[in-house]
Amino acid sequence: MKLNLQSSDFELFGLPERFEQDRDAIDARWKELQREAHPDRFAAQGAAAQRVAMQWSVRINEAYQRLKEPIKRAAYLCELRGAPISAENNTAMPAQFLVEQMEWREALDDAKGQKDLDALEDQLGRARKQAVQRIARLLDEESDAAAAAQQVRALMFIERFGRDVEARLEQLGQ
Amino acid sequence: MALLQISEPGHSPDPHQRRIAVGIDLGTTHSLVAAVRNGVAECLPDGDGRVILPSVVRYLENGGRQIGYAAQAAQAEDPENAIASVKRFMGRGLADIVNREKMPYRFLDKPGMVALQTCAGEKSPVEISAEILVTLRYRAEDTFSADLYGAVITVPAYFDEAQRQATKDAAQLAGINVLRLINEPTAAAIAYGLDNASEGIYAVYDLGGGTFDISILRLTKGVFEVIATGGDSALGGDDYDRALADWMLAKAGMQATGASAKASIKMAARVVKEKLSASDIVTTPIELAGARAAISVRRGDFEAITVDLTARTMSAVRKALRDARLSRDEVKGVVLVGGSTRMPQIQRAVAEFFGREPLTNLNPDEVVAIGAAIQANQLAGNNAAGDLLLLDVIPLSLGIETMGGLVERIVPRNETIPTAKAQDFTTYQDGQTALALHVVQGERDLVQDCRSLARFELRGIPPMVAGAARIRVTFTVDADGLLSVSAKEQTSGVEARIDVKPSYGLSDEQIARMLQESFTTAEQDMKARALAEAQVDAQRMLLATQTALDADGGLLGADERAHIESLMQQLRQIAAASHDAGAIEAATQALAKGTESFAAERMNHSIQMALSGKNVETI
Repeated sequence: MKLNLQSSDFELFGLPERFEQDRDAIDARWKELQREAHPDRFAAQGAAAQRVAMQWSVRINEAYQRLKEPIKRAAYLCELRGAPISAENNTAMPAQFLVEQMEWREALDDAKGQKDLDALEDQLGRARKQAVQRIARLLDEESDAAAAAQQVRALMFIERFGRDVEARLEQLGQ
Repeated sequence: MALLQISEPGHSPDPHQRRIAVGIDLGTTHSLVAAVRNGVAECLPDGDGRVILPSVVRYLENGGRQIGYAAQAAQAEDPENAIASVKRFMGRGLADIVNREKMPYRFLDKPGMVALQTCAGEKSPVEISAEILVTLRYRAEDTFSADLYGAVITVPAYFDEAQRQATKDAAQLAGINVLRLINEPTAAAIAYGLDNASEGIYAVYDLGGGTFDISILRLTKGVFEVIATGGDSALGGDDYDRALADWMLAKAGMQATGASAKASIKMAARVVKEKLSASDIVTTPIELAGARAAISVRRGDFEAITVDLTARTMSAVRKALRDARLSRDEVKGVVLVGGSTRMPQIQRAVAEFFGREPLTNLNPDEVVAIGAAIQANQLAGNNAAGDLLLLDVIPLSLGIETMGGLVERIVPRNETIPTAKAQDFTTYQDGQTALALHVVQGERDLVQDCRSLARFELRGIPPMVAGAARIRVTFTVDADGLLSVSAKEQTSGVEARIDVKPSYGLSDEQIARMLQESFTTAEQDMKARALAEAQVDAQRMLLATQTALDADGGLLGADERAHIESLMQQLRQIAAASHDAGAIEAATQALAKGTESFAAERMNHSIQMALSGKNVETI
């Protein structure tokens, strides 16, 4: 297959179009591709060559950023399969999830020190893992992109909350 | 030259033409130039055998200038005109300069970048840095008796857009073709040859004269990946000198008034600091305004008064590790860079934190220049077998101002470059036909806390109701970390773009004026040199075009081929007959332009083949 700038991330990286991926393989492949296309390889070869190399190099980095992060990879797959995430217009979440969110927020507000925050982080870690497992199942086994998109949105909530917890931890560290 | 040179592995198309490429460490306290000679990278000495050039430029009443040791020696007697640590002022506004009341210079508050008033008139930090760079360029050209093809110049990993651009401007002013700006810590890792043997995570702790950098690198099979950078662009050996100077004054019960007294006490403090690396106690006489005293400083005293400075470096180290999501025991080795790492308290603090002795066997003053030279040699195409690839990250987030003075981040910090990121915006008023875009850099949420990089406008948006326009703003960051921004209204196709340099960089006219004012050699020399350069470029271009036609002529239609051949014929005739450098350059340019799409086509073809080939292998 001949690759071009419009090839999908998976085609470009020579990976099967699925959610479950081997992170080491993605990293290795990224470096292999950059080795061929990075503008530094053509530094002595003039402006036109540089421009083309830069386009490829940018495209490879773009794909890499998307493939290596499970949440971005999932969102990309949903989009490829006709169920874009469009998080900004689509904030409806199941009630149970929202209740859980509210409980976490309260726990963060009430957290007194490192120990409380650590416990909250552990809880978040478990929730993140479960969401990723559900996404994997929905995308790779049940081919239900719409349901997967819902889970991706939930995961985005969790990630955002995780950043708040991290910010509190940093405050404590100082 | 617009054409690709593709040759058989191991066969250079032009074996006699080895390009002279150097690495330059443009440092706060001193600068060095290094090159690969006979396969070994080494720093180039001046006529007196010294490799270090103090980064001090002194302007003289008679219009002359001194650069290096002579200027450094004159700092105490002529502090206003002997400018040291100019790197601290690169790409900075007056308000950005910390401790400026303790410096002897006459600062001028200029829009964008600060300037300095000297006896030779107003000087921008870019001009002053260019004096240092041109001195190093001549040193290299004298060493090789040949013109310089290009240089890799190092910058602190922490340098923002404005500072990188200022560095590039200084190089241009010094007549140096910049092959690449690379981060100092990355250069140090290359110098240590970590690319050859080692795989794993490395930390580079670089405490120079004026800057502190910590970089976390991941090395795999010759690929250098900077996974996090941090540091403090206003913390370095100078601060240790200043703290010690203040302490010595307090102990002697003296006060330093006036620029010259301040400079001389600081120099005395520096000497004491350096001696304390080998001795436990140093006694020094100080003499100020007729009063004399002898001050003894114990190493313990010095360590106690600078313990906060050392602690500040270590907290930046912790933050960088957090950014990289790594713990300290995952770090496989630590490289020390910068003369200030000779201080025993630094080596001890680093060893304690990481639980291992840092690498110190290369000269910490030279490692950065040496690493840059290795990279320059490869980028110039001298080392075809070279396997080194730097995958760098952007040190600070880039974004755009939105309603309410908030920053919308478009390219996040530590993302691998080159990169391009797009984000859609819309209008907020009915019938709005223009949009002002304000590009900023930094990690804070409010525009006022970030650095302003550029402002530009997208005009001619067709009137629509608020929120209907779709304006796509694209940030493109090249491999040097330099940014260009474009904005396009999607429904009408109206477009605007900017190469980010204006608010801090120099305009092209300013550069042209400075070029004319300084570095003028005899006119005759310039002409002869320009003609010789034009001839060489023309021959190179012809050869490259011929090679490309022989290899991939099949990609061309008959008309295109005839066009290129006629351009080649014209260039051959002009180069053979004319003594006018301008005419030869114009014909070379015409050929370059005429072959541009052919070059792009070949390049695309070759990358496609390479990537697809890899694909087949791996599947």
